[in-house]
Amino acid sequence: MRSESMNLGRKLACAVLVLVLAASAAANWLAPAGYARQYRDATGAPPSRAHWLGTDEIGRDRFARVLYGTRISLLLAPAAAFLSTLMAAFIGGLAGYLGGAWARIAMAVTDLFLSLPWLFLLITARALMPLNVSPLVSVLVTFLLLGLLGWTTAARVLCTTAASLRSSDFVRQARAVGLPGQRLFWIHVVPNLKPVLYAQFWISIPVFILSEANLGILGLGVAEPMPSWGSLLKELEGMVSVGEEPWKFVPLILLVVVVTSFQLLLSRQEEIAA
Amino acid sequence: MRSLRKTIAGGALTLLATVLLGGLLSATLVRMAPGFSADERELDPHLNAQSVQALREAKQRDHNIVRFYFSYMNRALHGDLGTSLALGQPVRTLLRDRAPLTLRLLSTGLALAWILSLTLALTSAWLRLSIFDALTTIVSGTFLCIPAAVLALLSVLWNVPGSLAIALIVFPRSYRYASNLLMKAYSRPHIVAARSRGLGEARILFWHVVPVVAPQLLAVAGVSVSVAVGAAIPVEALCGLPGIGQLAWQAALARDLPLLVNITILVTLVTLLANSGADAMGQVVRGEEA
Amino acid sequence: MKQHDRGSKQLAYRCGSAIAVALICLGSLLGQLSAQSGELRFCLRAEPKTFNPLKVEEDSSGAIRYLTGGVLVRVNRQTQELEPGLAQSWKVSKDGRQISFRLRSGISFSDGTPFTAEDVAFTVQQLMDPALHSPTGDAFRSGTGNVETKVISPTQISIRFPSQVAGLDRLFDQVAILSQHSPKKEMAVLGPFMVADYKPGSEVLLKRNPNYWKIDEQGRKLPYLDSIRLDIQPNRDVEMLRFKRGELDLINSLDSEYFDKLAATSPQLAHDAGASLDSEQLWFNEVAKSPIPGYKKNWFRSANFRRAISEAINREDLSRVVFRGHAQPAMGPFSPANKFWFNPNLKPQTYSPDAAMKSLQSEGFRLENGTLKDKDGNTVVFSIITNAGNKSRERMAVLIQDDLQKIGIHVNVVTLDFPSLIERMTQSFDYEAIILGLTNVDLDPNGEMNVWLSSSDSHQWNPQQKTPETPWEAEIDRLMRAQASTSDLKKRKEAFDRVQEIVVEQQPFIFLVNKNALSAVSANVHGAAPVILSPQTFWNAERLSVPAK
Repeated sequence: MRSESMNLGRKLACAVLVLVLAASAAANWLAPAGYARQYRDATGAPPSRAHWLGTDEIGRDRFARVLYGTRISLLLAPAAAFLSTLMAAFIGGLAGYLGGAWARIAMAVTDLFLSLPWLFLLITARALMPLNVSPLVSVLVTFLLLGLLGWTTAARVLCTTAASLRSSDFVRQARAVGLPGQRLFWIHVVPNLKPVLYAQFWISIPVFILSEANLGILGLGVAEPMPSWGSLLKELEGMVSVGEEPWKFVPLILLVVVVTSFQLLLSRQEEIAA
Repeated sequence: MRSLRKTIAGGALTLLATVLLGGLLSATLVRMAPGFSADERELDPHLNAQSVQALREAKQRDHNIVRFYFSYMNRALHGDLGTSLALGQPVRTLLRDRAPLTLRLLSTGLALAWILSLTLALTSAWLRLSIFDALTTIVSGTFLCIPAAVLALLSVLWNVPGSLAIALIVFPRSYRYASNLLMKAYSRPHIVAARSRGLGEARILFWHVVPVVAPQLLAVAGVSVSVAVGAAIPVEALCGLPGIGQLAWQAALARDLPLLVNITILVTLVTLLANSGADAMGQVVRGEEA
Repeated sequence: MKQHDRGSKQLAYRCGSAIAVALICLGSLLGQLSAQSGELRFCLRAEPKTFNPLKVEEDSSGAIRYLTGGVLVRVNRQTQELEPGLAQSWKVSKDGRQISFRLRSGISFSDGTPFTAEDVAFTVQQLMDPALHSPTGDAFRSGTGNVETKVISPTQISIRFPSQVAGLDRLFDQVAILSQHSPKKEMAVLGPFMVADYKPGSEVLLKRNPNYWKIDEQGRKLPYLDSIRLDIQPNRDVEMLRFKRGELDLINSLDSEYFDKLAATSPQLAHDAGASLDSEQLWFNEVAKSPIPGYKKNWFRSANFRRAISEAINREDLSRVVFRGHAQPAMGPFSPANKFWFNPNLKPQTYSPDAAMKSLQSEGFRLENGTLKDKDGNTVVFSIITNAGNKSRERMAVLIQDDLQKIGIHVNVVTLDFPSLIERMTQSFDYEAIILGLTNVDLDPNGEMNVWLSSSDSHQWNPQQKTPETPWEAEIDRLMRAQASTSDLKKRKEAFDRVQEIVVEQQPFIFLVNKNALSAVSANVHGAAPVILSPQTFWNAERLSVPAK
């Protein structure tokens, strides 16, 4: 019974993700106009037949922007999340597994990473790039930086997990039997890190999508006129009341749906792993 | 006994070294970032050339970062944390006046977030209902997807305390970790067997689950302090709460080196204490089990 | 009681009309009780950096100075005329170097310390201290040498400057008089309000100054308000939200988006006072030593290129789309709102991509597959930087990006945090084009002296020139100096009219729009009359009132 409903959920999640990706791939046909086209006579318009999700403050079709924004956010955010998860697994898992001085140093570094004002590093990164940089390069660099800086939380938890595994009975037994360290790490330690890794991956996706938009204030992230989900979500920041323009919530709902789908896929994986 | 003392001494030394390194690194980051020597006031067309020059020279004073940092540490040893460039007040007073508010905000926010996360995660692990899982995923996912600034704005709109906004920012993260970890623990064969035999839930929880997941959950709790500190910046700024978070943001915009260094040191200290505290408690729990 | 009776009898005996006077006094007292006892609330958008009026250099401190400081003369924000304040009358000498004031007598500071000419002399000396480096003081500094103050009597003083200061009397609008002797130093004030409490990061509480000298036409003591609570809140969204909830009474320089939202629901609260003095402009980096490619410098230093860009920008759309009609396409350096100094011969800048293309072609530019190339075959691409967080500037940049695409120019829009932007603009000169605004507080062009003089730091497109690099910049230098060295208003106006014409011809600053002065005033506030000059809504704070809660 349970596995059936899980299956259904998984199928649904797959379908949603495929649908969203397909829609963004077909943006050229689906969207009524390019993402940069300014309808200067219909700014801030409510949804209509011409503009399904209305237009933004300078008259760009919101539906088109959601579709094109998906391409960037839905491809790059998971990629960056994957990178940060990988780094977390490597740094945290290995440190915990090796233990001793290694663990102490790695954790001190992690704590430092958690507390430093990275804002200034990002400002410096922007200064190192030329002003005339293509929007795509800018957004790639941004997500790369996010991926490189986002591993800390998970690394800390992974280190603890790996450390407790190191002292657990079955690893000790495996050692006693003479299983080589490397194999032991991959076969017995890594699978047990999965709950943490999945959590890190899942959390990172929306966090990176939002961070990308916030980095817009430093001149990083997606440059105008290119859209991203983050920049569409930022529109919500200027709301004085919730009910006023409900269609502005569509990007948020879409992101929640996508994020939930990712979780359904992951939890299924977890089920198998367990 | 001696070894314990040694461990504590070693820990304290690492802590001190990390904190000082944090201060130096943050000073370097601030100093290297563009805009350090720029001053908004320069743009006032009333200022004549001498005044503009004076403004620039004032900023040049802290140009040599190593010298700045050593003189800062020297003064800090005597209890003088320097003077904020942007606000013109002693950093010590600024931090002292604002710390209690932030401390209250963070502790309430974190407590709320964890009560919510653990309740939901445990219920989820006990029930093992995919509908419930999906529901909690959607709820936590929604809060994860709403920009922190919007959550803070909503708390102003609905007149709820800022600590709730902090809680809702921390909650989805702590919930995901807690849920995944508990789910994994409850799916271990011996626990599944124990539950099917009808062993009391409380007994299973405290005898079999807690010892396994507690160190990791504590580690998550330690890290969630950092998440909450980060969340305090938009929440304090938008809710008009005069705490450290608001101060940090002002300092960053003004490239206020003395203030930023002190705030980083403070944040590093809090992070280290939270995380090493979590580690130590985790070790105690694990030790008991062994 | 008895003594009082006897006293009033004596009064009645002395003068028949005394009863009438007493009645008026009583009436005004009652009137005061009903009109007063309110608290006005609004936001400061940043922490005030100082309460010392002489050191003011940002808006928040400026607002507090306006509300608490007593000044010798005041520019009426509505009529733009100069009115007597602590000085009953004043006179500027013919050579424009000396000003003498006749002061009101019987006035004391908020702490009771009497006010005399000594305090004015003290304030001026403090202000002109070269080590102070305040914008207020620098505005008076036209040449080297000391300022001489001569106290003739407790109510008479003359101040002599080392060289001529054009528009001298108006500058005193910014000089709040300090007390020389008060133990409370700068916290002893002569304005309608005084700082009663300051919670850093949170609020400043102003209370009415019981010793304020002004009375209204009915003989009532001003100000009507009991107190003003200034919340420190940088976020505009939160400000609007709290205004809607009735927690704030005023919003200054309201965002056009919010203005429209407010006007849609409660039109009586939203005020559009028309075009303000503030302008938004785009300019190119013309600094010879800047680290940008030489061929780009050639474009930017060509007046033809700048004029073409200016012509290709649809200013009507900028005001209509970005500011929702609450801005006027800019005609030149000064807004038409500056009644006296604006040059009425200036015409609105035409929008014509075709004309722009033609003039570019005359310089050797050509279109290739929709991309503009210069005569050496370089693709015309440049970046526009602006400060992040300013929605209207970001949107203007995106509209301009779209406009210029029509003549084959590709623009990259980069938003930067303010310190990074300033560093690029004033120190590294590592930028190509920039959109920023100029907030103009002065009506007089002398306030912008440093913007136009080619040798100055604030000559943003190409600052600190040893000698003027172009003939037209030399001409502007000459005209600006000429207008500053005479007190003949007609001659000054002629010179500055010519400056405006040259700027429009050469387009070193491509002026885009003059924003309207938008504000919100809650229905609680009586006596509000928002104007275009800063401080828009509370310029007549002493005459505002709100019902007591």
